[in-house]
Amino acid sequence: MAQAFIYDHVRTPRGRGRPDGSLHEVSSVLLAAQTLQALATRSNLDTALIDDVILGCAQPVGEQGGNIARGAVLQAGYAQTVAGQQVHRFCASALEAMNNAAMQVMTGAADAAIGGGVESMSRTLMGSDTGAWAADPWIAYHNYYAPQGIGADLIATRKGFSREDVDAYALESQKRAAKAWDEGRFSRSIVPVVDSLGQVLLDHDEYRRPDTTAESLASLKPAFTTFGKDYGFDAVAMQRYPAVLEVNHVHTAGNSSGIVDGAAVVLVGGEAFGNAAGLKPRAKIRAFTSIGSEQTIMLDGPVACVQKLLKRAGMQMSDIDLVEINEAFASVVMNFMSEMKVDHSKVNVNGGAIALGHPLGATGAMITGILLDELERRDLNTGLITLCAGNGLATATIIERV
Amino acid sequence: MTNQIKYEVQDGIALITLDDPGRPMNVVSPEWLDEMNAAIDKIAADDSVKGAIITSGKAAFMAGADLKGILERMENNLSVAEALAFSHQATGMHRKLETCGKPFVAAINGLALGGGYELCLACHYQIVADDPKIKLGLPEVTVGLLAGSGGTQRLPRLIGIDKSVPMIVEGKTVGPAEALKLGMVNEVVPADQLLAAARKAIEAGIDPVRAWDKKGYRVKEGQGLLNPMQGFSYSVLAGKIAAKTWHNYPAPIVNLDAIFEGMLMPFDKALSVESKLFARLMTSPEARNIIRTSFVNKGLADKLVRRPEGIPKVSYKKIGVLGAGLMGSGIAHVAAKVGIDVVLLDSKIEFAEKGKNYSEKIVKKGLDRGTMTQDKADALLAKITPTVDYADLDGCDIVIEAVFEDIEIKADVTRKAEAVLPATAIYASNTSTLPISDLAKASVRPDRFIGLHFFSPVERMPLIEVISGKDTSQETLAQALDLVGQLRMTPVLVNDSRGFYTSRVFQTFIHEGMKLLEEGVDPGIIENAGKIAGMPIGPLELTDALTIELPWKIVKQSIAAEGDKYTLPCAYNVMKTMVEDEKRIGRRGDGGFYDYPAEGGKKIWPGLAKLYPVAPAAEQPDVKDIVRRYLHIQALETARCFEENVLTHAADGDLGSLLGWGFPGYTGGTLSYIDTVGIQQFVADCEAMAQKHGPRFKPSAWLKDRAARNVSFHGPNAG
Repeated sequence: MAQAFIYDHVRTPRGRGRPDGSLHEVSSVLLAAQTLQALATRSNLDTALIDDVILGCAQPVGEQGGNIARGAVLQAGYAQTVAGQQVHRFCASALEAMNNAAMQVMTGAADAAIGGGVESMSRTLMGSDTGAWAADPWIAYHNYYAPQGIGADLIATRKGFSREDVDAYALESQKRAAKAWDEGRFSRSIVPVVDSLGQVLLDHDEYRRPDTTAESLASLKPAFTTFGKDYGFDAVAMQRYPAVLEVNHVHTAGNSSGIVDGAAVVLVGGEAFGNAAGLKPRAKIRAFTSIGSEQTIMLDGPVACVQKLLKRAGMQMSDIDLVEINEAFASVVMNFMSEMKVDHSKVNVNGGAIALGHPLGATGAMITGILLDELERRDLNTGLITLCAGNGLATATIIERV
Repeated sequence: MTNQIKYEVQDGIALITLDDPGRPMNVVSPEWLDEMNAAIDKIAADDSVKGAIITSGKAAFMAGADLKGILERMENNLSVAEALAFSHQATGMHRKLETCGKPFVAAINGLALGGGYELCLACHYQIVADDPKIKLGLPEVTVGLLAGSGGTQRLPRLIGIDKSVPMIVEGKTVGPAEALKLGMVNEVVPADQLLAAARKAIEAGIDPVRAWDKKGYRVKEGQGLLNPMQGFSYSVLAGKIAAKTWHNYPAPIVNLDAIFEGMLMPFDKALSVESKLFARLMTSPEARNIIRTSFVNKGLADKLVRRPEGIPKVSYKKIGVLGAGLMGSGIAHVAAKVGIDVVLLDSKIEFAEKGKNYSEKIVKKGLDRGTMTQDKADALLAKITPTVDYADLDGCDIVIEAVFEDIEIKADVTRKAEAVLPATAIYASNTSTLPISDLAKASVRPDRFIGLHFFSPVERMPLIEVISGKDTSQETLAQALDLVGQLRMTPVLVNDSRGFYTSRVFQTFIHEGMKLLEEGVDPGIIENAGKIAGMPIGPLELTDALTIELPWKIVKQSIAAEGDKYTLPCAYNVMKTMVEDEKRIGRRGDGGFYDYPAEGGKKIWPGLAKLYPVAPAAEQPDVKDIVRRYLHIQALETARCFEENVLTHAADGDLGSLLGWGFPGYTGGTLSYIDTVGIQQFVADCEAMAQKHGPRFKPSAWLKDRAARNVSFHGPNAG
């Protein structure tokens, strides 16, 4: 099997995912197209060398529907021969897209492919794609569906994470993200997004609240009490986790991932591609996998997924220098650190989606890029990326600098 | 044409009058469907008839399906194909009516529920009499079914998904005014103008083609999950149903599914999907169990089906209640409520007056909520006379003793009361645990001595366990049942035994829950397994509510009475530790298994984990095994009652379990549960559980013999 390398990556800054967010006027397909253009431009890339562009998207309906990758390829002015496909693994979509690009390279189906993702949460609202798993009453009922916030609160309840614990985690995420921005750690990979006149709309992650304090976090109301108590989802959770007598609703807007707009892409290719394009590989994609986990709690899959991945790769957690695990909710990361016995000093060192935001279908590629830049900055070798995803899914990838 | 309906034509308008001569209510039956089909054909073919009115010759328009008839089919294990055909027959008639080309008006003169309201929906126009007592709706879900003749399809197309969900998924019924507001009927008119209004509507012209039968029709809310708002709403509804049913009752989600699926499809396809879902429910054990126990057998019990024949009926005007504690006060209240004079006697006048005060509080709540008028409240309270004087019992036809559960105190009260009571009066004890035959020893007329075991709170618990002692006469039994009937409560008949039936079997559930603590099972799992089984609350919370002291005292009494013959319950040690050593008697004390902080909420008592360390998560049993333990042990103990002749009828065992202690309705009761599991499987399960958990699960030779012969408690193999 051929080796797949990461040659480069770029991402947009993350705009607040609301009508007053800076990226709201940019459609999803143009957000993706600008990112693809930036990738090609900065490497002076002959796009005809690319076989496929695979974009993750978690709400693939409306303007994000109809295979947004092919639309973005054409809008970006890539060669007509570049194919396009869209993948949906909920929040792990962009990482899955990159893994998919790697698979094409490894199997010889492609010389090079781009994996990434896009999500304009201000334009295609969360829940727009509904889906049988959550909304077809017969399926949802028998699926013991509960919204992801209930899963996050359930993880906290079962692990005994208090409101103070999850808030403390969130505060640290804000602090780390602030430091990362202050030190310009993201500057290498961020491409400003422009409007129809070519004027810069946004060049930084605008969701952040660097002035966050423990007090300001403590003042926020739990976000999922209504879902749990009034809509019955706590009782659904208890039917699956009968040891739980009461779900402790600890997650708030302050310790959950932010709703934002953004896109990110990762250029993956084999050795021959690097020679043809005159590019040097930055990292190799060492191993990746996905897993299904219990769907009601939904969000604890990264533990089993990473255990499976390490085993397949013949590695141990101690072989990993840095970890990026998506901060869907504070309890997801805290549970992972506790179960995998990995120290917080190695995890999400530049903050995460709690501070920066989580553009659902794009996040996997964003955190891959952040991890690679950070491995280089610290001159470390091996990194792990993992995300939990809807309906009990998780994906994980290990990269190694070359 | 014949006898289910009357058919006449006047001034070019046909009048179909529903009037089943063989029943007090019009119901959907095969004969009725045949006659309706014939009438519709006639109307369609007759050029001189321009439209038709359907009304009823009875006070009610139509009650819906014939549950007894449906149950009969279910008991005979009807096949899916038969259930489908059953639905198609009614659906076909309604569809023929709807598409026959002539306008039909439903002139709804009385209650129209289920199939009755579905008939109205199949008509092109609905007019209802302005009588607030009339109820309209599709309550099929409450019997475990769905409205299978187009009801789940026509109603949401007429009034929208949001408004039809409470009607179809919860089985809500509404009066004429609300029906009009919701769009379930076109007009509300005074009762005496109903037929005239119907004629006028036909004369004015009614489109005989429904909107969904017109070319180019699109269901307004037919986008389904392409509309995120609908997606969110369905998602939340599914969650609410799961929270309410704990996945034990299939009907609510199937009803919602009928709306969801049906609204995506053209009308005839939707009807066919509805019929399939109906067939699925009609062949489900849950629907059969619910209809059997909660409707058919409850109805029979309410009609005093077990009353010995040939004994003159008694109507009570004045009764005595001895002891004005919680039970006595409640009994006095329900008797006064139905217009019986009550002498409420206690040892001190303050106590007796406090008993009347119980009714005053209930009445005040009713007044505040507007559910009771001042006149009725005054009349009720005037019926209760608190007293300390036994002489006031003179003229009472029956007294109900509800004093402290102590055989000596009870004997004293019996002697004092009998000294003044007429010789013909019945003496009933509301004891929940002491054998009636023992209490009757204090009586000079043990043949007139009986047990009437009420449940707390009396005004909300409709069950009475009627306990015959050794010497209780058939006449006494019959006349005690007359009082139950007068109180509009439901009797189950029981022969004397320690704990009778309900207390005895109910304890097996809480004992099992407490025993699990000793096994290191997580209290959360102990409690939630109860809910997953379908019990209203977990066994530990339930025991706390009763106090742990109560079942503990029963154990001590039983030891005192029976000595070595008595088998200690599996929870003996836990109860002893909690009550005697830890002094944690329950909610009424300083807490029991739970702490009850003053600011509300409850938390498992932290000391519990020290007494009973919780085993690691990996060693916790599968919750399904605990659910099976809870349900099997109660069913097995009921079977023992049946074997010992404590129960004489399976239906009484079922009803007593549902109404007495909240055994889950989907099972149909403890003995129906055994039938549902299958007697052979049940006995095999019990034998395996006896090996694993102890001899309390051991099936008797009698039960094993029934299993060997495959004898069930209900249905064609009943014995």
